[in-house]
Amino acid sequence: MIGMAHLFEITSLSVSYNGSAVLEDVTFKVNENDFVGVIGPNGGGKTTLLKVILGLVKPFKGGISFNSSLVSSKSIGYLPQMQTGDLSFPVTVKDVLLSGLMIRKSFVPAMSSADRNRASEVIEQLGLSEMAQSPLNELSGGQLQRVFLGRAIIGDPKLLLLDEPGNFVDANFENDFYGKLRELNDRMAILMVSHDIGTISSYVKSFACVNKTLHYHPSSEITNEQLLAYGCPIQLITHGDVPHTVLKYHQ
Amino acid sequence: MEENIFQYGFIIKGLLGAIFASITAGLAGTYIVTRKMVFLSGGITHASFGGIGIGYFAGFNPIAGAAIFGILSALGVEYLSVKQKIREDSAIGILWAFGMAVGIIFIYLTPGYTPNLMGYLFGSILTVTNADIIALGILSAVLILYFLVFYRTILYISFDEEFARTYSSYVNIIKYLTTSLIALTIVLNIRMAGVVLVISLLTIPPNIAMLFTKVYSRIVVWSVVAAFAGTTGGYAISYLAGIPVGATIIFTLVLFWVTGKVVKKLTAKSTP
Repeated sequence: MIGMAHLFEITSLSVSYNGSAVLEDVTFKVNENDFVGVIGPNGGGKTTLLKVILGLVKPFKGGISFNSSLVSSKSIGYLPQMQTGDLSFPVTVKDVLLSGLMIRKSFVPAMSSADRNRASEVIEQLGLSEMAQSPLNELSGGQLQRVFLGRAIIGDPKLLLLDEPGNFVDANFENDFYGKLRELNDRMAILMVSHDIGTISSYVKSFACVNKTLHYHPSSEITNEQLLAYGCPIQLITHGDVPHTVLKYHQ
Repeated sequence: MEENIFQYGFIIKGLLGAIFASITAGLAGTYIVTRKMVFLSGGITHASFGGIGIGYFAGFNPIAGAAIFGILSALGVEYLSVKQKIREDSAIGILWAFGMAVGIIFIYLTPGYTPNLMGYLFGSILTVTNADIIALGILSAVLILYFLVFYRTILYISFDEEFARTYSSYVNIIKYLTTSLIALTIVLNIRMAGVVLVISLLTIPPNIAMLFTKVYSRIVVWSVVAAFAGTTGGYAISYLAGIPVGATIIFTLVLFWVTGKVVKKLTAKSTP
């Protein structure tokens, strides 16, 4: 079956900042069409894991190898945590999307008409056509989130990394946003860092628990107690019959 | 007849100076205003006064001294802020006063009379030499070319530096290069507007432009236009009223800005 080829493989990887280990002996593989929820406590190394995949952090030991026919560290879609862009900066929605293509450009970048058409296409897909030429400070939280998602997917990557997309999600757009991700998952593998396990559990296909080490759960079955025993932060208060997701023990 | 030729040359020089000052100030100004680097640029300006003083004392072109001081202090602050080892605003404040102090000490130590000092502090078209105009002209060409070639690069680093680092390993080089060009712009425009006033030549035009557009490339173009209108208008008024050029230019620009704000407010009301 097509779609089971792996995109990258991390083997015995360790990362340390100033001598203290952030990730230790991580072995992890992501296949085409995977949708992995990366969960774990703050400071557990979730963002570091993404940065290793992006090539922004060099491992202390071990490494990552890409299936070069499908993906490289230069062709990954990345949605960073919200606070990086300056929202008062005079830049239009379309320009922000086009910046997602910079990775393919040479030292002297130029946007072609094909690039502009592609940007318009993605803008339409994300329902942002009316504000294509608007500056960012005129957009709502949900619209902004879609702009940054657009920047991550404009290059049609095979692998999409999302760092806490829930942080700046507007509650009204939450379903909309995750629905969009499910659509995209037909075309690309998604790795999503989140501590909002309640929301993402109904969308992801598998979980990776990261707390210095990494435990991979291929599908979605565990009990709440088991998760708590491991130390993943989870707060779940429910009434009555609520659909739920429970992962297995870490071995 | 002789007087006419003198006046003609004076006007040509003033006009060329205004064009080049507007181009450089518009491009550099848009960068510093949108990146919120106005205070840093003020620091660079005043730090470069140290170079002017040393130039006087050692007997070389004070503007060359200012250029060296300006670029070094700009790179220094940018480097320290990249390393995040310091409070940037404090460092700029220290640099600001230190440059002025060095300048004052060396000018005091310079034997004899220093005739053009007021020109450096407050700007004067009379002290502008042909070499200054040529230097500004070259800088205009360099800046136009630089911003055309690296437009997207500069735009995206300014907007979201962290994201830019995910696809480019040239972020720091571009930042240092741009900051050096900003420092040169400031120093070469000191002849026009003076140490004390030059920063407003860079900051007011983009703020006028931003009243009416939020698109970066248009802000650049309209900044250049606003700066040109302000400088030539300022020249004319200063000539007619016999008041200092630099101060008149800034006064004119602020007048434009206030008018722009009022116009914007009125038009916003009429089209709800």
